[in-house]
Amino acid sequence: MSDTFSLDGAEVPFEPGQTVMQAALSAGHYIPHLCYHPEFKPHGSCKLCTVKINGRTAASCTMPAEAGLEIESDIDELNDLRRTLVQMLFAEGNHFCPSCEKSGNCVLQALGYDLEVHAAGFRHQFPDRPVDASHPDILLDFNRCVLCELCVHASSEVDGKNVFGFSGRGITKHLIVNSESGKLVDTDIALTDKAMQVCPVGVILPKRVGFSQPIGQRRYDQRPISAQALDDAPRPSTGASHD
Amino acid sequence: MVADASVRMAELDPILGRYARDPGSLLQILREIQELRGCIDPATVTYLGSQLSIPRARIEGVAGFYSFLHLQPHGEYRVLFSDNITDRMLGNQQLLEAMCHQLWLQPGKVSEDGLVSIDMTSCTGMCDQGPAMLVNGRAITRLTLQRVQEIAHLIRNRTPMADWSADFFRVEDNIRRSGPILDNKLAPGEALRNGLNIGGAAIVDEIKKSGLRGRGGAGFPTGLKWEVCRNAAGTVKHVVCNADEGEPGTFKDRVLLTRQADLVFEGMTLCAQAIGAQHGYLYLRGEYRYLLEPLQAVLQRRRDGNLLGKSILGQADFDFDIEIHLGAGAYICGEESALIESLEGERGIPRNRPPFPVTHGYMQQPTAVDNVETFCSAALAIQMGADAFRAIGTEKSSGSKLISVSGDCPRPGIYEYPFGVSVREVLQDCGAVNTRAVQVSGPSGICVAEHEFHRKLGFEDLPTAGAFMVFDDSRDMFEVARNFVQFFAHESCGFCTPCRVGTSMLKQTMNKIADGHGTQYDLREVEHLDHVLQTTSHCGLGRTACNPVLHTLRHFRPAYENRLKSLDFEPGFDLDGALARARQMTGRDDAGAHLKTEEA
Repeated sequence: MSDTFSLDGAEVPFEPGQTVMQAALSAGHYIPHLCYHPEFKPHGSCKLCTVKINGRTAASCTMPAEAGLEIESDIDELNDLRRTLVQMLFAEGNHFCPSCEKSGNCVLQALGYDLEVHAAGFRHQFPDRPVDASHPDILLDFNRCVLCELCVHASSEVDGKNVFGFSGRGITKHLIVNSESGKLVDTDIALTDKAMQVCPVGVILPKRVGFSQPIGQRRYDQRPISAQALDDAPRPSTGASHD
Repeated sequence: MVADASVRMAELDPILGRYARDPGSLLQILREIQELRGCIDPATVTYLGSQLSIPRARIEGVAGFYSFLHLQPHGEYRVLFSDNITDRMLGNQQLLEAMCHQLWLQPGKVSEDGLVSIDMTSCTGMCDQGPAMLVNGRAITRLTLQRVQEIAHLIRNRTPMADWSADFFRVEDNIRRSGPILDNKLAPGEALRNGLNIGGAAIVDEIKKSGLRGRGGAGFPTGLKWEVCRNAAGTVKHVVCNADEGEPGTFKDRVLLTRQADLVFEGMTLCAQAIGAQHGYLYLRGEYRYLLEPLQAVLQRRRDGNLLGKSILGQADFDFDIEIHLGAGAYICGEESALIESLEGERGIPRNRPPFPVTHGYMQQPTAVDNVETFCSAALAIQMGADAFRAIGTEKSSGSKLISVSGDCPRPGIYEYPFGVSVREVLQDCGAVNTRAVQVSGPSGICVAEHEFHRKLGFEDLPTAGAFMVFDDSRDMFEVARNFVQFFAHESCGFCTPCRVGTSMLKQTMNKIADGHGTQYDLREVEHLDHVLQTTSHCGLGRTACNPVLHTLRHFRPAYENRLKSLDFEPGFDLDGALARARQMTGRDDAGAHLKTEEA
């Protein structure tokens, strides 16, 4: 028999080495998240998955599961915090959903709907972030970057290429490309790379496939992210691994 | 051209060779190249990538993280004015303006001839002799208009810094009150011999018995930390001395490293014996670059005296040595796990915990990270014995504490007190009069108002890392808080959403209030941001970034409210003002041509 912790009153079983997020998702419990991806080592930067563990807040994606923990997630206080964090991400970049190719498939947008973010909340920063259209097949639109680091990890850990990285600090932290010109065309990125698939928002896009699927029929148009994320989660019954 | 480029790169080879082309030394390599060249240009980044066999994006990432490293040319002379509130109170902004005016340039921009750039930087740890600046990384103190004009003149004439007056670079210790640490006349090796006599386990016991708690501010029991580290699995262990004294208003570690370097290294070596470590690192903040050579000389003297190196003091199997790593302008590296990342040559991002450094620190090996003053106190506890040490201070705060006093008082400097001294006693000793408030332990600490001056420094009441900034009744506490908020926004590492965005939002809200556009709504917004930062931030920086505002709001609300409009809400931009052009063009100025804002 495996150990369990309590999440919003439900008993959640876990395997040794699992984090709170991994155990919750595989047991069919949704905790909102953005930078967490089941195929990569969690690093806990977006903080949307913040939960209360025995009364103290912590990121659930990096917190090791322990028997007997009392965890609260779906409560007003935490959903309020998550709403503010989503507002911060929207205000930090330049997000124009109606004209974005990723609309309907975008995790940030889906979280906004699901958490019922109805107002901007903050003054928009309108940062100046030129797009990189240098590559013949791939567009980089930095305006939408939420600094989740997934492309950085996918490129180095899966593709073995290190196409992406981060520079700057604080509010000037930004995604960079691994070439002396700073342009994507001078890297070895390919359309088939894992790094092409992991961006939760609309930064890394293949060219010439715009709006091939109509808005209204896209991923999060069908089901809210809270339901979709559970469908996507590796489940013990399917034999998928979390490591 | 190609030949020129390879010649240019060849001059980097001695630096690369000295660090054995080890990517773990990336920050040290970059710092030396910055010193040699004045910037780390794209071609250099590419060359380093090939030499160190790491992606150039990683190098660009590290170089872009630290304030003192530049990816573009930043002038032959890079002038940075220290911008702590104490520097501001001494007129640093006027001096910066005067210097910019004299050299015909704008702050933050490089002059057109590439000669000079002038900007602000976070507190450089010279608050008792400010205003201060750094020129090409060298600290200059006691700035006056005349001194700034002289410096501008030297720069315009391209006078090499080696030929500048030595008086510019003089840093005073300003020891105003000394105690067991500053008076210590320990002969090098004395405490270490005591330690060797009793053995590692007994050192841990003695430190535990002494009640010593970390002097960096958090106050974790030092003996317990060493015990966990001693018992941690692994044969390779490390001792790290945190000399990244970045908390604005703190400068006591600078004085300890100047006056009592042997005591610091003695404490580190005792720790090595206690936990079974072979490698020691002193992480020295970049602002104290001028201390590097003197400290290396002390280390060499200790090696020559067999107090470091192989078989220390003849004890077989006790091999331990210390290297000095320099930081490059990042406050966050004072956080122990960010410091370890920086030691490994990475961006200084705090790690996820658990696991903690005591079991998974430098290179994922057990590591004891302690503050400069903690190591001094540990050496003292072993030298004088736990009971004698414990007799100093209070029950839960044993020993003495160095306080860095700055701000509105005639005798700023270093004061060593037994723990338990009251704020009022310190104020009396430094000669402060008409004091309105004291910021204890820096921006991340506590703002203490007059009715609380009876409170005592110590873990029972007012824990402190040592900063003690005094503000008299001529000071505007709103401006104090605004300076601290700007500091946190500048120093946020950018890893987590709440701190990266929240500190910037907070800065903007404070600027909005300063510009006369603030409302009650903005004060509520500050409280809301505080809640988000406190509950969701990745590390202590974000969790404490709102403290200055909340504390000053609690004690000095009128300083804020005097600036507020009587409205409940005002947007960050002036709607009616935006119509001025339209009014001018249409020649209208009647009531209908104005937007009315409803009074709250």
